[in-house]
Amino acid sequence: MCIREIKESVIEFFIKISGFIIILFVFLIFLFLLNDAVLLFKDFPLKEFIFGKRWLPISNPPHFGIVPLLLGSLYVTFFATIICVPVGIASALFIAEIAPKFLRNILKSFIEILASIPSVVLGFVGIVWLGPFLKDTLKLNTGMCGLTGSFLLALMALPTIISISEDAIISVPKSFKEAAFGLGATRWQTLWRVVLPSASSGIIAAIMLGIGRVIGETMVVMMVTGNAPLVPKSILQPLRTLTATIAGEMGEAISGSEHYFALFAVGLVLFIITFIINFLSVILLSRSKK
Amino acid sequence: MEFFPKIETRNLNLYYGSFSALKNINIKIPPKEITAIIGPSGCGKSTLLRCFNRMNDLIENVKITGEVIIDNKNIFDKNVNLLNLRRNVGMVFQRPNVFDASVYYNLTFGIKIHRLMRNKNKINDAIQMSLEGVGLWNDLKDKLKKNARYLPLEQQQRLCIARVIILNPKIILLDEPCSTLDPIATLKIEELLKKLKEDYTIIIVTHNMQQAARISGWSGFMLLGELIEFNRTKIIFTNPTDSRTEDYITGRFG
Ligand SMILES: Nc1ncnc2c1ncn2[C@@H]1O[C@H](COP(=O)(O)OP(=O)(O)OP(=O)(O)O)[C@@H](O)[C@H]1O
Ligand SMILES: [Mg+2]
Repeated sequence: MCIREIKESVIEFFIKISGFIIILFVFLIFLFLLNDAVLLFKDFPLKEFIFGKRWLPISNPPHFGIVPLLLGSLYVTFFATIICVPVGIASALFIAEIAPKFLRNILKSFIEILASIPSVVLGFVGIVWLGPFLKDTLKLNTGMCGLTGSFLLALMALPTIISISEDAIISVPKSFKEAAFGLGATRWQTLWRVVLPSASSGIIAAIMLGIGRVIGETMVVMMVTGNAPLVPKSILQPLRTLTATIAGEMGEAISGSEHYFALFAVGLVLFIITFIINFLSVILLSRSKK
Repeated sequence: MEFFPKIETRNLNLYYGSFSALKNINIKIPPKEITAIIGPSGCGKSTLLRCFNRMNDLIENVKITGEVIIDNKNIFDKNVNLLNLRRNVGMVFQRPNVFDASVYYNLTFGIKIHRLMRNKNKINDAIQMSLEGVGLWNDLKDKLKKNARYLPLEQQQRLCIARVIILNPKIILLDEPCSTLDPIATLKIEELLKKLKEDYTIIIVTHNMQQAARISGWSGFMLLGELIEFNRTKIIFTNPTDSRTEDYITGRFG
């Protein structure tokens, strides 16, 4: 009896500690980024970092304007979202409400497989197949452009969006559906007018988490978007995202240099964006489970 | 019998897989009366009720034989419009199942899916009529935008009834509609049903024998999937023919 109590309190203690440690880690990462990022602004004005339209880290004098990178990320993310949201919700509805059991299981395992494909493999597919394909069909100068990245990122966000939306759809009380059918609604009317609205906050959370995934993704965009740090005028041009910039330049930036600190500042911006998105989605998810 | 039945079943059998849940049910439901279906738990009351608007169609592995005649038509015929059937035979469930949306949305749901009316004023009139019909108009006329799930349970259940009668059904099925309500709310719903029977044919499944005795004109007693006895409620409760009915109503089992 007494031993069991001790055991339980020890377990409880460890669980609590792990929770705190995670919070601590996030906070430490933030501090660590902030610590190095602020060093940039000793010499380089913050205003020019935020509003500067040129990212030329090794010119003389260097320019660390984040606008092209931020826009690059936004463009790619925006189009990826436009692609994956309708497809994701439709698939979730199909899996949760329409597909017969065996098909549902097959689809779910395919989605798990999709989620487990390493992003470098997807990048490879982009270089070898999707890029050239888009170049030919859309008559572009190069297939290594924002749109290629958007398509692949959409593919990467789909598993998140589908599985969380599916959860939200499945947890809509059966009694709502019964009520709708009892009033003479068709299956489609029930889905559209009852199930989807009731699942909406969970679905929105799924979308946000998917977007968080897209913004943070690095390898694919580095491989297929052309990596031109210019303010993009269209999604069909080569562009460069925040993540690709850090990953691509960190190796060559001299530790302790302005360039080095500028990359930390970019990292900080990325951290803040993803933090906000994830935070919002967690709030929405908890609201949907009220 | 001294009436022309609104609903009549002929040799109705229902199987969940190989389990026989309804056995050769022959019942004639009188029009514009309240008919109570009573019987111990698991005897098939809900199953029978759900035959009348074909809600059992939604369950996998259900097999039905026999006929259910409503207005001279077998509702299991191929050419029957299922959606119209459910509009004509409304159903109220055990737990109030209002949608997680406004009172207005709940009430207009049926109007929209059946495309009954477009005109805003007509819709508002229909809303007022149905809410008055269930005695909620004064309480809710200023709260149509409010989420229906935040209403008291009794009002939610009334709203579920209003949601049904706004479609002008002929028949209303209620499956233990008061089982989640307190005694006072229960009495209020019973008063409402007594009023509604002037316009609608009402069938109510209930566990509560006092309730059946208080409100129904006719009662059917079921046991293990069979309809043991069907008669005027007065007779069922004072002078039943079958000894099993007598055992049940005198509380010897169930
Ligand atoms: N979907 C189903 N699949 C298989 N068996 C079912 C299903 N629904 C009900 N049954 C069985 O059919 C029988 C009748 O069920 P039903 O729900 O009609 O009983 P009931 O009289 O309404 O009981 P209660 O008073 O508990 O609501 C029960 O034995 C039940 O276990
Ligand atoms: Mg029941």
